[in-house]
Amino acid sequence: MGMSAAAQFHVLAVDDSLIDRMLIERLLKTSSFHVTTVDSAIKALQYLGMVEDKLKGYETPEIHQNAEVNVNLIITDYCMPEMTGHDLLRKIKESNSLKDIPVVIMSSENVPSRINRCLEDGAEEFFLKPVQQSDVNKLKPHLLKSRSKEEEETQPINNNKRKQESSAPFNKNSYKIKI
Amino acid sequence: MDVGQMQRQWLDYTRSLFIEGFLDNQFLQLQQLQDENNPEFVVEVVSLFFDDSERLLKDLNFALDQQGVDFKKVDAHVHQLKGSSSSIGAQRVKNACIAFRNFCEDQNVEACLRCLQQVKQEYCLVKNKLETLFRLEQQIVAAGGSIPMMELGF
Repeated sequence: MGMSAAAQFHVLAVDDSLIDRMLIERLLKTSSFHVTTVDSAIKALQYLGMVEDKLKGYETPEIHQNAEVNVNLIITDYCMPEMTGHDLLRKIKESNSLKDIPVVIMSSENVPSRINRCLEDGAEEFFLKPVQQSDVNKLKPHLLKSRSKEEEETQPINNNKRKQESSAPFNKNSYKIKI
Repeated sequence: MDVGQMQRQWLDYTRSLFIEGFLDNQFLQLQQLQDENNPEFVVEVVSLFFDDSERLLKDLNFALDQQGVDFKKVDAHVHQLKGSSSSIGAQRVKNACIAFRNFCEDQNVEACLRCLQQVKQEYCLVKNKLETLFRLEQQIVAAGGSIPMMELGF
């Protein structure tokens, strides 16, 4: 069963640095993604339809879904003021309506414990900045997998399941760490 | 000077910037993201870098001038500058920032002031170099030529 080749993937990019937003947007657009950029995790949550519940923090309203917003992947910087990319990741994975959206984290700092934590908490990939075209090329498989899953209505992704990768060559810019 | 000579001059100048370490591979990545639909991409990003850096250098001056220096704040500014210089391939500025952050950890005001001078110097140098490069590009385009594609295999 083929999917519509013309349907563009929509990526939401989150970064507080204007320069990095410009870069990631250009990188994503050269891969034919449709891109929306925001400069904070809070704006990202608002864009995704989450509203602030004063008691519980951010919640997706279960009744009213923001139907016009269709985001296929979220790529976010780690170090941001107020709410980090990791916090954003967790909020997304805790939301019933958003948890199946693949999330990718970017960071300028190579901190193994940080990388591990993000991957364990459900990030698909962790890219070291500056992000390269070769990193962005890794995104399509995650998107195609999500899309075919939606179309075939197979079992939902278990977010805590660690993806096994056949031994891939070590790439300084992105890697999965086995604990 | 004809277009061919200008293009060779541009190539030689760009090569020298890499050899002298002012720019690294990330700058080539920026150039590769530029195309007919985004012909000003490199200039736009680099201009942002200039604005951003000047603001951060002012903030750093201010922060280090205080009676009780807030090293967390100083480190945050340097972290930002390190990030943006890394994103555009300004290697020497990035390296100066890395050294600077080590002294922030040590909470050594004198050393931080020296580092700030170093970062300023590297920033001024790369700014001059890039402005020269962009002028050469404008001349080539004005003469009807196109900017050559740089390969890092020289």
